[in-house]
Amino acid sequence: MVTDHAVAPARDADAPFSSGVRVPPLAWFLIKRIAQSVVVIFFVTLIVFGLLHALPGGPARGILGQQANPVQIAAFNRAQGFDRPLPEQYWLYLDRLVHGNLGESYKLNQSVIGLIGQRLPRTVLLSGLSTAAALVLAVPLGVWQAVRRRRAPDYVITGGAFVAYATPSFFLGLLLILVFAEKLTLFPPQAPQATSLGGILGDPRALVLPVLTGTAATVAVFSRYVRSSVLDNLAEDYTRTARAKGVAERRVVAIHILRNSLTSVITMLGYYIPVVFSGAIVIESIFNYPGMGLLFWQSAQTSDYPIELGVVLVIAVATVVGSLLADLLQAAADPRVRGSIR
Amino acid sequence: MTAGAGLVAEEVIASAAAPGPYRRLVRQFLRNPMAIAGLATLAVLVIFCFCGPLLYHTDQIHVHLSRENLVPGAGHPLGTDDVGHDILGRLMYGGQTSLEIGIAAGIVATVIGMLWGAVAGYAGGWLDALMMRVVDAGIAIPGLFLLMVAATIITPKVPVLIVIIGVCSWLVPARLVRAEAMSLRGREFVQAMIAIGGGRRRAIFRHILPNVVGTVVVNVTFQVADAILLVAYLSFLGLGVPLPGTDWGGMLSNGINYTYAGYWWMILPPGLAIVIVVCACNFIGDGLRDAFEVRLQNR
Repeated sequence: MVTDHAVAPARDADAPFSSGVRVPPLAWFLIKRIAQSVVVIFFVTLIVFGLLHALPGGPARGILGQQANPVQIAAFNRAQGFDRPLPEQYWLYLDRLVHGNLGESYKLNQSVIGLIGQRLPRTVLLSGLSTAAALVLAVPLGVWQAVRRRRAPDYVITGGAFVAYATPSFFLGLLLILVFAEKLTLFPPQAPQATSLGGILGDPRALVLPVLTGTAATVAVFSRYVRSSVLDNLAEDYTRTARAKGVAERRVVAIHILRNSLTSVITMLGYYIPVVFSGAIVIESIFNYPGMGLLFWQSAQTSDYPIELGVVLVIAVATVVGSLLADLLQAAADPRVRGSIR
Repeated sequence: MTAGAGLVAEEVIASAAAPGPYRRLVRQFLRNPMAIAGLATLAVLVIFCFCGPLLYHTDQIHVHLSRENLVPGAGHPLGTDDVGHDILGRLMYGGQTSLEIGIAAGIVATVIGMLWGAVAGYAGGWLDALMMRVVDAGIAIPGLFLLMVAATIITPKVPVLIVIIGVCSWLVPARLVRAEAMSLRGREFVQAMIAIGGGRRRAIFRHILPNVVGTVVVNVTFQVADAILLVAYLSFLGLGVPLPGTDWGGMLSNGINYTYAGYWWMILPPGLAIVIVVCACNFIGDGLRDAFEVRLQNR
């Protein structure tokens, strides 16, 4: 995404006008970007469908176990429609997806979409809290580092960010549990176990450690990003112009630079969705939080493929939609971006 | 004759004053204290893991129930784990796995990404669009999820882990290399080669790839760091190298069972080892990136 801005838009520059109809650049950007997303989601379904059929012996072997005899496997395959030709199966798979049917769990006797619908809001709540906390910390940190670059505080924060990034979240979570739950007994070692979102928010003490664990690595990444973005903007002509006009340095940073940097932070947030969900698997399993990450982990251990693949699909679609929204937001905010679409 | 000698002398002076691009790169890299520290740390860790067992003999295969969970002390500087393996020895043994997988998977990922990106960026048009949508789709599926699905399908031995981690993480280098290949395609030396009848393969292998070396080398170090973390996560989630093999992540997740017993020596050494090696790789990567940028600016 960021790197593509460097790519010469020359090849596409006259595209909006080639059809004879003048399409406004932003609308053209919208159309192209949405079409791209549709293609990407198509490839995602292909990958997920491919994964299902990459299972040795097919899904039947996984679900019925090693002792299953060929007759049982054939019966299972017939019942699930796995004995039909692959293109037909793929078509049926797409047809089910369009109707919101992600299949049935092999082990939990529930529909996958129902399970995900139950768990997803909890994961979004916990990850949302961590990400929001990370943003609130990272933006001022990154700006401060950029303004005071190559001085002691910058080096200290940079060092801290490197360590935070390199610390696996399960290691950090464990240390936090040891110190704050075991030794100091300030916070409980488990995340809130309530099923409703209100119930989870009603137990803020239990939220502290899981949120903190999720925040650490994210702050590290975000603050590095804000720092380099502010540094780039500090070198821009408009910054020099603002300074030449006599605008106070504080105002240059707070108004002119921050506004430009925040648009790129928003884009990054859109692209950060897969990372957030990966973190959720680990954090939810350490703190025993009944979200989608824990659901995925448990299904991976019981080889419950419909759930695994359903979760993968939901996350992939969320990522594609997230990056689409991020790009559209940035295109609305920054006219230079509109020309850069491939 | 004197003029000729003067010319030669001038050339000698010029070549001494302006060293080759790679020597300048090395010099720039060596000026960065963080990068040196990273390189030294990585070297020490590699020697520790691969040469350490030659001096410090431990049994990492058999179970010794008579010496399980020993506190660090004489005979076992870092104590023993729940089945009596010496932790210091295990740190070397598990480190071999972590480093082997990390480095090999990082290289596999970068090579795949480099080739994919170079072809897409050079080809342009619909092929490029198609290839990059595949990359977008891959990026939309987080690597950890793919790996966990893969690990439930296949028994995760070391070579298998290298291949699947590599196959799951080539997408970012593909994007980086594609962007560079696109801009290189328009440059005079590539256009000149096409004009005198050079083929596509020659353009990609002789002109595009050598010029993306900077991006690729920097990316490898970050890929290695991420691959080491990924293996650790997989092991923590119970899908890593099977016993009696282990890696730092596996040691750490094994130690987690004894957190509440206070057996810190089973948690801190592997945890710190992961943090240190990942930091070292990232420092090296940052140093290399700065060195390449300076080199480009000086051109």
